Amino acid sequence: MTAPAQTPPPAPAIEKTAVTKRLQAVGAAREFGILLALVLVVIAATVANPNFLFSADGWRDLLLTPSILVLVAVGQAIVLITRNVDLSVGSILGLSAYLTGRLFIDIPGIPILAVFVAAIVFGGLLGLINGALVAYAKVPAMVITLGTLYAYRGINVLWTGSDRVNASDLPKDFLALGTGQVLWIPILTVIALVVLVVIGWIMKNTRGGREFYAIGSDPSAAELYGLRVTRRLLIAFVSSGALAGLAGVLYTARYGTVNSQAGSGWELDAVGAAVIGGVAITGGVGSVWGAAIGAVLLLTINRALPILGIPDFWQRAVVGVLIIGAIVLDRVLAVRQKRKLIAAREDD
Amino acid sequence: MTTATASTAAPARTYQDYDRPLWKRLLLTREMAIVGLLVIVAVVATMSVRGFGQPITFTYLILDVTPILLIALPMTLIMITGEIDLSVASIVGLSSVLIGVLTQAGAPFELAIVVALVAGAVAGAINGFLVTVVGLPSLAVTIGTLALYRGLAVGLLGTTAVTDFPEFWTDLAKMKLGGSNVPAVLLLFLVLLVVFVVLLHFTPFGRGIYAIGLSKSAARFSGVHVERTKLVLFVLSGTIAALAGVYYTLRFGSARGDNATGLELQVIAAVVLGGVSVFGGRGAIHGVIAGVLLIGILASALRLANVTSDVINIITGVLLVASVVSNSFLAWLRTKRRAPGGTARAKASAAG
Repeated sequence: MTAPAQTPPPAPAIEKTAVTKRLQAVGAAREFGILLALVLVVIAATVANPNFLFSADGWRDLLLTPSILVLVAVGQAIVLITRNVDLSVGSILGLSAYLTGRLFIDIPGIPILAVFVAAIVFGGLLGLINGALVAYAKVPAMVITLGTLYAYRGINVLWTGSDRVNASDLPKDFLALGTGQVLWIPILTVIALVVLVVIGWIMKNTRGGREFYAIGSDPSAAELYGLRVTRRLLIAFVSSGALAGLAGVLYTARYGTVNSQAGSGWELDAVGAAVIGGVAITGGVGSVWGAAIGAVLLLTINRALPILGIPDFWQRAVVGVLIIGAIVLDRVLAVRQKRKLIAAREDD
Repeated sequence: MTTATASTAAPARTYQDYDRPLWKRLLLTREMAIVGLLVIVAVVATMSVRGFGQPITFTYLILDVTPILLIALPMTLIMITGEIDLSVASIVGLSSVLIGVLTQAGAPFELAIVVALVAGAVAGAINGFLVTVVGLPSLAVTIGTLALYRGLAVGLLGTTAVTDFPEFWTDLAKMKLGGSNVPAVLLLFLVLLVVFVVLLHFTPFGRGIYAIGLSKSAARFSGVHVERTKLVLFVLSGTIAALAGVYYTLRFGSARGDNATGLELQVIAAVVLGGVSVFGGRGAIHGVIAGVLLIGILASALRLANVTSDVINIITGVLLVASVVSNSFLAWLRTKRRAPGGTARAKASAAG
């Protein structure tokens, strides 16, 4: 179907080389479709206005804007794969963003690295609270994280009040992170990419990573099989919290101003991005790569619409259509796959 | 251990749910716990918060919680089937905007209301279609339509607001019954409440809702129309959300694209607090009403006591978490007390 016909016709079909096999796998992967959609959006926007891609600002925005959501979406994907959901990420992001600002204000001269570590650990702890409640109390993650969404946001408002962190309160070096580039690639994007590659590798290749999928595919089977479900769930929620914490630091670096509402509403964007990227909300399916590409697509479409002549009021409607389209597509693919498997079984 | 005698004593068949006396079955429930908490909070607030006992507080409390009360009714039914509808707040926004646009265009207000309600029903039907016919998880579907309907609402009206509505209707939304302090809109809610209580607790359709939540396939084999039931519920949810949108518009006299943003989480928090299981199969309407009122009263009392809204958020969150965690904690205690390998009957008698 969509697999690119890379095999040259004269080559005998006796053995598929490793390269063609891999190419076919890439073509058939769910992530490829989303990547294709992303490329199409970028091309369309660039044709309408070349500055979208071929100006320094356009290029930077294209890479920079999604990098924060990518981190949150990756964390969300890990949780979704275990058949749970983390609705508190937006509130965790807000809290850690404010913590970042406060640390710079209250402890002048604090090393930037220490702030990063502090925010990540802080986010991880908030995630640990979610995880412990879900794993030990065996309560649906949706309810718990809905509760902590309110609680964390409330703590944030209580702590921040009407105060806010301004760019002038932050050290120059730190703000430079938000705008700086390494070889035409913004630093924040590099951070997001590194995290993505590491987690993507872990999820695909390590035993621990595969256990997330096993738990999401069938929690009771995973338990019977002897997997440490509780520990895995804790790790999933801690990762999601820690990534939201990291995203909070990047948020502060990127925007400079943090008030008590930073990151509110991001939870649905993160879930939306993961779903668009092919992560099934019913667990066990998808990859962090898909979620990351979904996040990029989501935000790139938002920026591309006005360029394509669609008033930006309609952005959310397009995002909605995109999410529904993605899950319908997944459903169709799953049904087809099932039929194929049944046919294969009957052939034997 | 302690239950060794239980298995030998009674050969007569007992049912786990019915071998406790009636008063225990009625009073020792999740729902009554919330109702009790509601009463305690109301009494404490009346005594300790100055101004809370005044009739005007009650009036505004009802006016404020009415949209949540209305939407909580169909949401309860949907959540008992094990599904969820996150798009309700966006439907509120959409219906509000439709009314605004139509009134601005000079259409009669009655027509605008009808169009808004029909649009809500259609929006609900789309959710229901995707969930039942296409077979998608409702959480994912309604996250999508949450964005879609909100997008349509914002797209139709942009950042402008329509504030010009017939006075008759805006007065109606805020009208009080006779000389009392009871808002007339309470009547609308009470009528719907009766309809939903009868529907859920006293009809085969309602029993089917519980059956679906407990086990979808068992429900199907016992003749419940699973798909049709869910579709009907989503249409109901959309329609009631649109009705809440009409009320919301009139109450604040303003139709905006971002009306009622985030209301869906408030509704779900109240429904879950009221004892409805997210896994489906359990819950009752009186618990949900108590849950909505509990959050409403807490918010109103704390505001009068000059506590800022952030504390209310924290309390809402903690209440929500505590209410579900306490449930599984009690269940865990019960299994602790049961002998290893004890029968279900032993568990039931130990639980009393």
